[in-house]
Amino acid sequence: MIKGVNTEIALTHILSRKKQTLVASLGVTVGITAFVFLNSLILGFNRFFDDQIFRSMPHMRVYKDDEISKSLLSKKDTSALNVVVNPKMLNKTKNLLNPQQILNEIKKQPEVVTAAQWVTVNLFYTSGKSQMNGVASGANIKEADAMFDIATTMVEGKAGNLESVSNGILIGVGIAEKLNIRLNDNLTVISSLGASKVMKVVGIFSTSNSISDKIKSYMNLSSAQQLLREGPNYVTDIYINIKEPDKVVEYKPLFEKISGYRVEEWKEANETFVAAAKTRSVMMRSISGAILLVAAFGIYNILNMTIMQKLNDIAILKATGFSGKDVVKIFVSEAVIMGFFGTCGGLGLATILVNLVSHVYVGGDIGFFPIRFEPSIIAIGGFIGMFVTTAAGFIPARNAAKVDPVEIFRK
Amino acid sequence: MEENLVLKTNNIGKYFYDPIKFKVLEGISFDVKQGEFLTLVGKSGCGKSTLLYLLSTMDTDYEGELIIDNETLTGKKPDRLAEVRNEKIGFVFQFHYLLPEFSCLKNVMIPAMKLGKYMREEIEHRAYEKLDILGLKDLALKPASKLSGGQQQRVAIARALINDPKIIMGDEPTGNLDSKNTSIVFDIFKELTRGHNQTIIAVTHDNDFAKASDRTIELLDGKIVNLNKQWD
Ligand SMILES: Nc1ncnc2c1ncn2[C@@H]1O[C@H](COP(=O)(O)OP(=O)(O)O)[C@@H](O)[C@H]1O
Ligand SMILES: [Mg+2]
Repeated sequence: MIKGVNTEIALTHILSRKKQTLVASLGVTVGITAFVFLNSLILGFNRFFDDQIFRSMPHMRVYKDDEISKSLLSKKDTSALNVVVNPKMLNKTKNLLNPQQILNEIKKQPEVVTAAQWVTVNLFYTSGKSQMNGVASGANIKEADAMFDIATTMVEGKAGNLESVSNGILIGVGIAEKLNIRLNDNLTVISSLGASKVMKVVGIFSTSNSISDKIKSYMNLSSAQQLLREGPNYVTDIYINIKEPDKVVEYKPLFEKISGYRVEEWKEANETFVAAAKTRSVMMRSISGAILLVAAFGIYNILNMTIMQKLNDIAILKATGFSGKDVVKIFVSEAVIMGFFGTCGGLGLATILVNLVSHVYVGGDIGFFPIRFEPSIIAIGGFIGMFVTTAAGFIPARNAAKVDPVEIFRK
Repeated sequence: MEENLVLKTNNIGKYFYDPIKFKVLEGISFDVKQGEFLTLVGKSGCGKSTLLYLLSTMDTDYEGELIIDNETLTGKKPDRLAEVRNEKIGFVFQFHYLLPEFSCLKNVMIPAMKLGKYMREEIEHRAYEKLDILGLKDLALKPASKLSGGQQQRVAIARALINDPKIIMGDEPTGNLDSKNTSIVFDIFKELTRGHNQTIIAVTHDNDFAKASDRTIELLDGKIVNLNKQWD
């Protein structure tokens, strides 16, 4: 068979009914545009909120869980009088044993991007008579920077200054403003245990989260340990970032085994957020799915109509030696051609739309509208567009293949 | 099957079930030699068209046996039957049956493009030749839907010839033609059987047409009453 006689027939059919073809293709265009646009929205939103979360929280955190005292009575002893005491938290320290060794083991895992020892201190920032409460993170600044990208948020000074100034501190821009503190000024901090320490401001940072900028500071591990009146081995948390933060649940048992302590992953700590993200995805996916379905139905409809009007042609083709398979090919080709142009149009239109919207400045902590364009969405959109239209064309095409030419010729 | 037979039927019968069950064809057995110009005659409603649809392999719902070109086609898969139709059988229907959106030339070319024996230029060249034989060369590029009934029927004949089929079947192939064109078509058929050893099986109402053919089979109420009708 000469290559493309079926395609040629399909093209002729399509070109001789340009208007209907256009309408069917436009339906697909709208469907694919909606699909790509809404998925870019989901992706953008989720990335935005993920970023927001991962700016102050690691993917996973190793810590020592509180233990509740066990009942001293293993069995009820009815012969004696039982004195019952409410269970209490065991008054153990919260530090991890051998933190450096655990950290080294964790860093050996190929999934781990970065990990850091961490000590959190609740404290007051004081300057003259003004006072603010806040939270300081004590960590190795290199590790902390690898995790939270602190360097890029610095507006004054450098994150790396902490390494050379042992009593250095990096503070949020909100603290600096409120306490009227500038770079290289001294700042006295008082921990919740009452320990006070004079620190030197070696950097001021400004993140997109203005609330945390009024609370947070970074200092060396040793400064935090001193504020908690603890020695140089005192570490309460090990923070871990892995390559695929969505897979934390899978990796959690591994790290619990390595460390011997409990591991909390970011999804547990942000259940509401995760649920909201899921709701968003389900909502937008169902909307784009519904639109795609309508588009597919458009293709199905047009093809069904074409076939009803072309029973004669189908009978002639079969009489002259075209098989049922050929007839299916002809009409599926028509669906594929319409689907192809519709899909291309949709991908193009969506690209333009996403681009336009991503340049809308919303302001505040958000900045530009959080829509994200990714080749994978285009690829999936293209695939779905072609798949749906081909499937929609296949059903009427199969019916066309069943047309009995004799029945047509007898009429 | 003998050397020079091209088509053979063994005791073919067929039923219709609508509105009631009745046997439209019964005990149809005949041979057709290669190069023969055969006509089928009989009163309207005696089953001529029905028989032709069976011979053409489009209707497979029958009893008995059909052999074309030494191949038993009864019970063959639809795809194989389509191949046989494409390669070995040319049709001309009672009413002109062209694809309206294509030019006359394309209509003639399509079965050859399906067969794929020749390159595209060659097919086009051959299609022009066939149209020329039927005096339609000037209309080649016109859309089929713009032609008169007689012209369309002649294009359909050109299309039936394009793959040089063993057998050309026609259901009243001259039904739509004036006497001048009828005699042109008759001469073409004659030339095909004589010069190219092709076989013609044509249903006709035209007694002059039938008389001039090599042999005429007469049907009556679904049965063959005369395998070689003699005209007085
Ligand atoms: N699809 C059908 N269902 C039932 N009866 C049919 C059908 N097609 C044709 N017939 C009947 O079969 C008989 C033969 O029809 P046909 O072969 O068209 O006759 P002819 O071509 O000789 O005029 C007629 O009586 C006709 O009414
Ligand atoms: Mg008839």
